[in-house]
Amino acid sequence: MMAEKFIARSKAIAARMIGGEMMVMSAADSTFFTLNDVASTIWQAADGRTPLSEIVDGKVCQEFEVDRERAQRAADRFVDELSQHGILLVSDHPLIDSFLESR
Amino acid sequence: MTPTLTATEKATVSIEIGGMAIALRTDDASFERLIENRYAGFVGSSPSSHSEFDIDLYEQSEPTSADEDLEVKTEAGEWLLRRGDFRARWNPKTRQGHVRQSCNPYAIDCVLRIVHSLILAREGGFLVHAASAIRNGKAFIFSGVSGAGKTTISRLAPPDATLLTDEISYVRREGNRYMACGTPFAGELARVGENCSAPLCALFFLEKGPQNRIEPIGPTEAIQRLMRNILFFADDAELVKLVFQSACEFASLVPMHRLVFVPDQRVWDIIR
Repeated sequence: MMAEKFIARSKAIAARMIGGEMMVMSAADSTFFTLNDVASTIWQAADGRTPLSEIVDGKVCQEFEVDRERAQRAADRFVDELSQHGILLVSDHPLIDSFLESR
Repeated sequence: MTPTLTATEKATVSIEIGGMAIALRTDDASFERLIENRYAGFVGSSPSSHSEFDIDLYEQSEPTSADEDLEVKTEAGEWLLRRGDFRARWNPKTRQGHVRQSCNPYAIDCVLRIVHSLILAREGGFLVHAASAIRNGKAFIFSGVSGAGKTTISRLAPPDATLLTDEISYVRREGNRYMACGTPFAGELARVGENCSAPLCALFFLEKGPQNRIEPIGPTEAIQRLMRNILFFADDAELVKLVFQSACEFASLVPMHRLVFVPDQRVWDIIR
């Protein structure tokens, strides 16, 4: 069984909803991302406490009528990409606030 | 009687850019003349200034290089600025600073750009790689990387346009509008801009093309392009966030378009 993933938004980013799209910028390397609806939903649900699988089940599949397996693959890719730029923090256990404050 | 300076007295030259005066104190008369000439039109008479810098000059014989990478960082509440040809520090709380450099205008020019960009970042404004001009009481900014056409569009400006800069535009927020202000930071035209300002009407991203036309540009692309052209020197996450928020605010209030242009005077027919 795959380990559970917990994701949280880094503090070292700037984000803003512009014209219906979420723009996210890494303050570390000034990389930009414009998130689509699905990515935006995952981003907004990334509180460090809710497992990614639960976000996919409870948010993505419910709101976008997409099958679970496809949604999970897309979510994994999105999380991998943003975590490489330090925009999302990923852990196999819940990310507590004091940890997030330091990131 | 002509006033003379003793060894302990320093002359003060106040440089006013974007309505913000920065006082430069030096005991070297030739450097004083150099900066008065370099910033002609921007030398202010205001008795109060936003910040004050003491400038110490060293002999040119010391090895220096303006090509060395610029480093801007904070340490114990002070900004430390360092390049091959100068070392500077500035305390944003006391608004006092110090520059050690050789007797040339380039180092102090760089210090002024950095200090203005740091001050503007806290006030929702910014410096941006762009030419700018006032026409019919409205300011227009023409942004682009090197080679995009900033100098060309400045050179083609009609007589009724007032050139604010051909290289670095100064954008200041005033309530729910932005002002474009003239700067002495010149590019290839080597012409200091006019020291005046006007409400900003539009920002254009320059692209040379087969005909003159203004094209729409989406807000996210506009913000990304604007961010690429805003000058922010410091490797400081908080500052990057401030600049990003400023760019987003700017995008919500000022129209941004792509200006495709043929390099001749007719391009100004569509800029009004």
